[in-house]
Amino acid sequence: MKPFKYLSPTTVEEAIAFHVRHSQTSKYIGGGTDVIVKVKGGFLEPDYLISLKKIEALSELHKNEATGELSIGAMVTHATLEKSLMIQKEYPIIYDAVSNIGSLQVRNMGTIGGNLINAVPSADGAIPLIALDGVALLHGPDGERSVEVKDLFIEPYKTILKSGEILKKITIQPQAPHTGSAYIKFGRRAAMELPLIGIGVLLTVNDDLVTCAKARICLGVAAPTPMRALDAEIFLVGKKIDEKTLIEAGKIAADESKVRDSVRGRAWHRKEMIRVQVRRMGLKCLQMIRNNG
Amino acid sequence: MTTKISFLLNGDKISYTVKDHWTLLHLLREKMGLIGTKEGCGNGECGACTVIVDKLAINSCLYLAVEADGKTIETIEGLASTDGTLHPIQQSFVDNGGIQCGFCTPGMIMSSKALLDENPKANLEEIKHALAGNICRCTGYIQIFESVEAAKEPVVENKGGQNE
Repeated sequence: MKPFKYLSPTTVEEAIAFHVRHSQTSKYIGGGTDVIVKVKGGFLEPDYLISLKKIEALSELHKNEATGELSIGAMVTHATLEKSLMIQKEYPIIYDAVSNIGSLQVRNMGTIGGNLINAVPSADGAIPLIALDGVALLHGPDGERSVEVKDLFIEPYKTILKSGEILKKITIQPQAPHTGSAYIKFGRRAAMELPLIGIGVLLTVNDDLVTCAKARICLGVAAPTPMRALDAEIFLVGKKIDEKTLIEAGKIAADESKVRDSVRGRAWHRKEMIRVQVRRMGLKCLQMIRNNG
Repeated sequence: MTTKISFLLNGDKISYTVKDHWTLLHLLREKMGLIGTKEGCGNGECGACTVIVDKLAINSCLYLAVEADGKTIETIEGLASTDGTLHPIQQSFVDNGGIQCGFCTPGMIMSSKALLDENPKANLEEIKHALAGNICRCTGYIQIFESVEAAKEPVVENKGGQNE
């Protein structure tokens, strides 16, 4: 591995100030599960690695009980989310996604912020945060700005972050009553797999427990960046949610996806799996809603 | 480009001046001679390099040595007692045939130890989930899972008639 200098700032401001001075030759590092692989492979050759590990505020995971807002620091590891009883109970779609990223060793090191910033089409972590209408707080040389998680991605490996900007946290507003959410990473094996396709569904129904008030259908590996199947979402709103409408929504989502052939799978297979899994995840949401009354 | 770090390694306090770009794996194997931890893929895919840092199993091939500063680290060398008595998980791998060529074994055992330290009653699904990042190219994993199951705390069955 090419030698570099490792820096451990304790505040975001300090990290940014350093990056400004050496913007061409420095790189932020979170858990390291992507950055170190790239440095080892020679794909990145930084003179300075600016670690975000010592910035405590970035590792906070908490729910504001007064406002109901969930705040996930960018440096919160996948394993921390996976083990959080609050996440397991109240945000099952996050649990579904993070509990199968990489291996436990990777989840113990890798962070949710890193998963977003790495911006692979298969980012399991992005799908639930998009489905939950998450908002990313960025901080850079020009100050802070907020952007919806769905708008973070430009193309594979490329986000809207400007030079020196740091993703600080993701916030999620409280979900309406009668909301269910589920994610499936669909692949060929259970261990150490990238998804052939990733499908996240979130449904909110009215007090009658059948009429759809809100729908989110989010797909990974279905386009160059994580995407929302907007036509399918619009189709569902106002409809009575049952197996028939979910089958139709699955067809619409498959049609609007931009799946392609790749080493891990064929486009037609991905489309078929979107159809099947949108229905299954939708039914899972409905089951959750009914179990919770 | 060097940093002086201090950490607890298998119970011993260690101070070492490391180069910033060394991985923890490099420090352990090449500098400290602790070659029980293996290098397989070097990319966090195979789990052969698994060690425990502050009670969490991690891939030491992706973990920078500088980040070990202030941490408590356990490697396979720290498991057996000084008199040579194997750790119960090690003994269980021997007794249950959880080893063939042995290359993945230190990683398997460290992942198993992290799991059982945290969750001594882990069920088979939890064992599989925890070992999903450890690849073995010899076995079918069955005897490995059996070895971990056999190393668990014995389940005490409530045979009395009293309800709590």
